[in-house]
Amino acid sequence: MELLLATAIGVFTAAGVFLVLRPRTFSVVMGMSFLTYAINFFLVSVGRLAINQPDILVKGRDLTQYADPVPPALVLTSIVISFGMTAIMVVMGVRGFFENNSDHVNIDATEESIARSRE
Amino acid sequence: MNHLLILPILFPAIIAPLLAMAVRHDIVLARVFSFAATLGLVLLGCLLMWTASDGQIRVYELGAWKAPYGIVLVLDRLSALMVLLTACLATVVQLYAMSGWDRRGHHFYSMFHVLLMGVNGAFLTGDLFNLFVFFELLLIASYGLMVHGGGPARFKAGLQYISINLIGSVIFLMGLGTIYGVTGTLNMAHFAERISQVPESDQAIMAVGASLLLVVFCMKAALVPLHFWLPATYSNAPPPVAALFSIMSKVGVYALIRFSDLSLLQQGGPFAGLGTQWLMPCAVLTLVVGAVGVLAARSLSLQASFAGIASIGTMLIAIGLYTPEAQAAGLYYMLHSTLAVAALFLVIDMVIVRRPGAGDGFDPKPFPNQGFLAAFFFVAALIVVGLPPSSGFLGKLQILHHLKSTDDWPMLWAAILVASFVTLLGFSQAGSFVFWKSSADKKYSPTVGEERQATECESQPLALPATAVGMAWALLVLLTVFPSPVMNYLEATVAQLFDPQQYINAVLEPAKKAGL
Repeated sequence: MELLLATAIGVFTAAGVFLVLRPRTFSVVMGMSFLTYAINFFLVSVGRLAINQPDILVKGRDLTQYADPVPPALVLTSIVISFGMTAIMVVMGVRGFFENNSDHVNIDATEESIARSRE
Repeated sequence: MNHLLILPILFPAIIAPLLAMAVRHDIVLARVFSFAATLGLVLLGCLLMWTASDGQIRVYELGAWKAPYGIVLVLDRLSALMVLLTACLATVVQLYAMSGWDRRGHHFYSMFHVLLMGVNGAFLTGDLFNLFVFFELLLIASYGLMVHGGGPARFKAGLQYISINLIGSVIFLMGLGTIYGVTGTLNMAHFAERISQVPESDQAIMAVGASLLLVVFCMKAALVPLHFWLPATYSNAPPPVAALFSIMSKVGVYALIRFSDLSLLQQGGPFAGLGTQWLMPCAVLTLVVGAVGVLAARSLSLQASFAGIASIGTMLIAIGLYTPEAQAAGLYYMLHSTLAVAALFLVIDMVIVRRPGAGDGFDPKPFPNQGFLAAFFFVAALIVVGLPPSSGFLGKLQILHHLKSTDDWPMLWAAILVASFVTLLGFSQAGSFVFWKSSADKKYSPTVGEERQATECESQPLALPATAVGMAWALLVLLTVFPSPVMNYLEATVAQLFDPQQYINAVLEPAKKAGL
């Protein structure tokens, strides 16, 4: 379980970092989504992994036999925020594409200068 | 419980949707309501400062849940001061925006008040995760404001601004997660209490978490080498918005002060050295990059952005000393630089709207009200550079005085003085290109189209923008003429900051008394 979660966080982060560093808006948006997934998994894990344990108090249960209820609350908040942020970034990217006729993230990058740099 | 504490957050939260829903078709009504609301915030700021000035730390328990089980708002001298500073700056920007910028896009005032809500929340909250939420809140409003008015360059810069801040948020969450994993709390006071009890085996991971948070705060404050987003953002944002943004980098500085003074620097704690060794070199570097940037920039708003970076550097040199006197001087300089840089951005906008085609570039081109605006730019630049008799001079003098106690003070003095000179050089270069040469250029003969534009420029409002800038300067004059009451307040503020136990007791005592 630990290995699986740690690998997932690592792979998502690596994919996210790679995509965020790409020159076009779409890959940057995808990269941000991957990074958010990684963060959400990470936040789940900070309360220690507990399998088949309740979050909510049950009468008579040993106090060590519980999952930490705070991380799910944090993850929920972070999901909501990242959802909104991804939406706003997509809107901004689309609008930027129509205004600039280019979806490159770099300020100076136009289609011509990119083509020139390839030559 | 004193309900005054939540009003700076609640009040804009009610005003913003009202402005968006009820008065969105009537710009005059929107202006009236928004202006009244901003004045209300100034009043609230004054009340909070008056409340906090008795030295007691007040806690507001949301939903009456005692800390550390619920989220609390905490009012001490520093948060009250920051809320008041925000409100004053907001009034200046609001006055200026009424002269036309609020009509160039939709919902200017709604986003304006959401931003104020986020900033006030960040200053008042006593919970680290809540701080993250308020950061996001102010950022999401700032994304909207940043592209207000539209245009290709603005959208491109806006996308970069969003990306860099999203990455910042990701790092923030990583830091928060790590800290929660080690200490099991997100309440600032509870965290400060537990940080000294972290077992040896967890200290390394704790240091990683705390460093991640420091990195994010430094990114928001635009400390070199995390400053790259600032010039592109501020110079492409509408200048009144850039003026408002000058409080946002101070949110980063505030979080840095709060986090390190409250928890990291506790005497003898295992993390006392964390961040202190590199904050000072980075601050000096920030100052140098800012000053060189002012000299190298080829447009006025880019210059103002770099001047903002330089002022962050100066302020963090003082704050990075981590002595009470130096931090008080740093806070004084922060009050000055927030208003001074904002005023400079507003003056630059007054120039831009009168120079269609040329904007704020360095090509000489005559424009209406040139003499008046040249005088305005002259004063604004002098204040930002910090020449006597401005408040910047007093601030720098105090900082230099307190640097004297360090070992490498000759180097630091040289950095601050030379950087001030280089900044001055950059601004005088701009002044001679934009204002002086253009009036000496007699050969210049405008075309027909340009003449029509020129008559449009003549009709640009002058009285209201000048009043707004004048208001910022009036506040700075107050800061210069009455430095001793301000310094008394700031010294008491710093005394409070350097006694973290007082803060911890104020937040955690109620729960302990209730036997939780």
